Amino acid sequence: MKKIICIVLVVMMAAALFVGCTKDDKKGEETIKIGILGPHTGELAVYGLGVKNGATLYLDQVNAAGGINGKMIEIIAYDQRGDDAEAVNAFNRMVSEGITGLIGDVITSNTLAVVAKATPINMPMITASATAASVTVNADGSVNTNVFRTCFIDPFQGMKMAEFAGEVLDATSAAVLFETGNDYAIGLKDAFVAKCGETGIEVVGQESYAKGDKDFKAQLTNILAAGPDVVFLPNYYEDNGLIVTQAREIGLNAVMLGGDGWAGITDYASAEDLEGSFFCSAYAPGSTELVRDFEARFIAANGEDTLNMFAATGYDAAMLLVAAIRKAEKSGSAPASDEYKQAIIDAIRSEGAGVVGVTSEGGYTFDEFNNPIKDAVIMTITDGKEVFYRMF
Amino acid sequence: MSFWQLAVQQLINGLQSGSIYALVALGYSMVYGIITLLNFAHGDIIMVGSYLSWFALTSIAPFVPLPVAVVIAIAMAILGCMVLGVTIEFAAYRPLRKSPRISLLITAIGVSYLLQNTAQKFIGASAKMVPYPRIPSVNFAGLTISGVAILCIAVTAACMVGLTLLVKKSKSGKAMRAVSEDADAALLMGVNVNSTISFTFAIGSALAGVGSILFIIAYPQASPFMGGMLGLKAFVAAVLGGIGSIPGAMIGGLLIGVIESLVSAVGLSVWKEGVVFAILIVMLLFKPAGIMGKPTTEKV
Amino acid sequence: MSKKPLHIKTPVRYLINALLFAALLFGGRVLIAGGGVSPFYVGIVTLAGINIILAVSLNMATGYLGQLPLGHAGFMAVGAYASAIFMTRSGLDPAVAMPFGLLIGGLVAAIFGVLIGIPALRLKGDYIAIITLGFGEIIRIVLLNIDEVLGFPFTYGAASLKGIPETSTFFNTFLLVGVTCFAIHTLMKSRHGRAILSIRENEIAADSCGVNLTYYKVMGFTVSAFFAGIAGSLYAGYLGILNPSNFSFMKSIEILVFVVLGGMGSMIGSVLSATVLTILPELLRQFAEWRMIVYALLLILVMVFKPSGLMGRFDFSMGRMLENIINVLTGRKTLKGKGGKTNG
Repeated sequence: MKKIICIVLVVMMAAALFVGCTKDDKKGEETIKIGILGPHTGELAVYGLGVKNGATLYLDQVNAAGGINGKMIEIIAYDQRGDDAEAVNAFNRMVSEGITGLIGDVITSNTLAVVAKATPINMPMITASATAASVTVNADGSVNTNVFRTCFIDPFQGMKMAEFAGEVLDATSAAVLFETGNDYAIGLKDAFVAKCGETGIEVVGQESYAKGDKDFKAQLTNILAAGPDVVFLPNYYEDNGLIVTQAREIGLNAVMLGGDGWAGITDYASAEDLEGSFFCSAYAPGSTELVRDFEARFIAANGEDTLNMFAATGYDAAMLLVAAIRKAEKSGSAPASDEYKQAIIDAIRSEGAGVVGVTSEGGYTFDEFNNPIKDAVIMTITDGKEVFYRMF
Repeated sequence: MSFWQLAVQQLINGLQSGSIYALVALGYSMVYGIITLLNFAHGDIIMVGSYLSWFALTSIAPFVPLPVAVVIAIAMAILGCMVLGVTIEFAAYRPLRKSPRISLLITAIGVSYLLQNTAQKFIGASAKMVPYPRIPSVNFAGLTISGVAILCIAVTAACMVGLTLLVKKSKSGKAMRAVSEDADAALLMGVNVNSTISFTFAIGSALAGVGSILFIIAYPQASPFMGGMLGLKAFVAAVLGGIGSIPGAMIGGLLIGVIESLVSAVGLSVWKEGVVFAILIVMLLFKPAGIMGKPTTEKV
Repeated sequence: MSKKPLHIKTPVRYLINALLFAALLFGGRVLIAGGGVSPFYVGIVTLAGINIILAVSLNMATGYLGQLPLGHAGFMAVGAYASAIFMTRSGLDPAVAMPFGLLIGGLVAAIFGVLIGIPALRLKGDYIAIITLGFGEIIRIVLLNIDEVLGFPFTYGAASLKGIPETSTFFNTFLLVGVTCFAIHTLMKSRHGRAILSIRENEIAADSCGVNLTYYKVMGFTVSAFFAGIAGSLYAGYLGILNPSNFSFMKSIEILVFVVLGGMGSMIGSVLSATVLTILPELLRQFAEWRMIVYALLLILVMVFKPSGLMGRFDFSMGRMLENIINVLTGRKTLKGKGGKTNG
């Protein structure tokens, strides 16, 4: 009996090897293939699934409206578990299956690995979430012209919040608690601290924690002892929720500040703990008609589980890519050809401004490093709701 | 805040997280003691317990008064973990009782992956806020001592005492000790080995359930992968204290909590896990049986 | 029926194996150079090759030596970083630097193997698992944070070490797969190999027969670490980018799963299961979140129904198979006597 089961298992595994190989491409109608790559399982899944669900929502909507120039979009979404090697494999597979553009990757380190393979073949890619400057600019100063993003880069928000703390809140001292090993948090922290130095805010504490930590009391106790006016938390919303809760628990009542990683924090800390905190964001949940419409359709399609800033920037990335493909269609070349890809890249560069996304009311303009120039809004939290405070 | 106040505050912070580690380590230690299995799924049982609390407090709470909902949540978490632990032992570990230990280890890892990924698929990838009522902080001698910390330390101490009594005084405790000493000999003496192992898993998993409640009160987020690191730390705590020893697990857990807190307090939080593992390694080299463990010699 | 069964002599067996392997290697190279294979398949096959080296090297410590290390990813990481740092800073032409890079990766990992092995192997059983797990995690944490201590960029930590020359082609990788398998196979056939096996079978008996336990344990462990370092170097040359987060405790588990699923102490088992477990997830990719659930179930099922792994301790020998075929065809032997004997 055991032997039989064992043989069945071996046969199953062997059979599975050939399943994928025998799949024939459907010929006949021409489709435009778009890849969506990210961690859909594992600890980073919440970010990857946000991007995937957001982008898929828009692409499905385009298909429902008749596709692009009569051609349907075929979505090729692959999971890479947050592993560099898997990300590269999945990307190579997408390329061999004929994608025209990529929405991804999600985390900076995975994205860097994919960029290294995508740039030589000039594959247009838009990341919705990789915030490190090094994604689009190499160490030697050269720009990966095929790589774009719909999120802010790190330094911008850190600077904004430091200015905000000084000019609007009249803060004279600040502390930071950030996640090490997370490029996003480090980038924001560095910019914040540098700007504080320029504007005369004294940074009285720089505390850090490692990925996966749940207890921040030791660091917060140090911050409490230093007694800053404001505390800057440049991390993602789940951690920030825990941090704010624990800070209030030990009696740290300073004003909490954050970056766009805060969007969605109201689900993770109580209203009273969050009251009067500020963060800068491009995605302001429930702020405009466009955003509310996006949220309603997102919840209808995917539920609330992954409705976060990544879903919003993923949605925008899809919007940007589709707009560029529409433009490239006019060039008359075949999807996935070199000219077509170049046309997409040119279109994103020049026509990106025409796209009004849910995280960029003013449209998308890209600077010389392919980073979006978008307005930041300052959000505040009142009665457990994220509300628009002011433009800054 | 004076230096001493700061130091005491940090110590309390450490004792709080340490007592949660200790509670989880107790379960780890019991399972290892009886079938010498590094039960990598133990942390994930805590994850399931946390989701059960979340379910009770968000789906049942609207229909009953809050205190009742809290009682239901606690009961569901503890009983749910217990049932899950016994089921895992029955379905995945029992068939491998006579197999190489490494196969058992891989099975435990398989169970852990299964629980994590099933939770992600069916409950969702994002963390869920678990709304246990807030426990007020206490102000004492210029310090703010969080109520959660007091609760964690008290509950853990109570569990340790209860468990010690169970193992030392009760008949099933005696059977547990006999099986862990020598399962074959225990069988000859008329001990029902299977039911004793099931009982051990039930107790160990119930402790995981209690651990999940404390964890979720202290850090109110349930997420599919929360068990991984927690399980690993608890396991380190169990080894540090001396695996198989009840006070050892307690001491190991508290020690790790305090060390982590102090390392973070001096600004080296990124090295925190490194320091914990380094201490573990040094410990193993000089006293492999752990702080409270008795050295054993391998028989021919 | 009186004819004596044919026995192929060892040098001839080696020659047959070498020729077959060379045919495979050059055949693959020609096929890829012809452009008939998409980069995706080449990539997967190359990665499978790297995983084979990892599995075979861990099998050395787990299957042959009988220990349970849980820090193999640590050795891989050390090798990867050592070789990558050399390759990016030496200024040599990548083709020239590559053999040195590989060697450096292997040697640095081997040094770590000795340093970790001497204390760790004093312990027994599960404690080795715990202590190597600890060392593996410490290595990862150090790689992540060392730059802050040094004050200059060395591993680039979370920002990733970029721009590593991509030298791990199909040919290079599989040449090293061959070298690894041959080296470990030959070692295990030697006097030293028998000493190592005796430790696995019964440590106390081996000790009383005069086997130097510490020496052979550390040797087995170091050889295992050396080849893990080589695999790490190849990994660096395959991706062109390194980030410490890829070498977590999960990676060690993944490699251990290759070995245990294939059958501890079976080289062919490690090779097959590393290959299958590299390719299978690729094919299951379209099932997204179900993929990991299937993987977990497969692990549990295989272990419950075949706890010794799919191949047990069986080892495949090309020479023996040829012998059997010839013997059966020429009537020297009936089918009944066939079947490989177990080979530790």
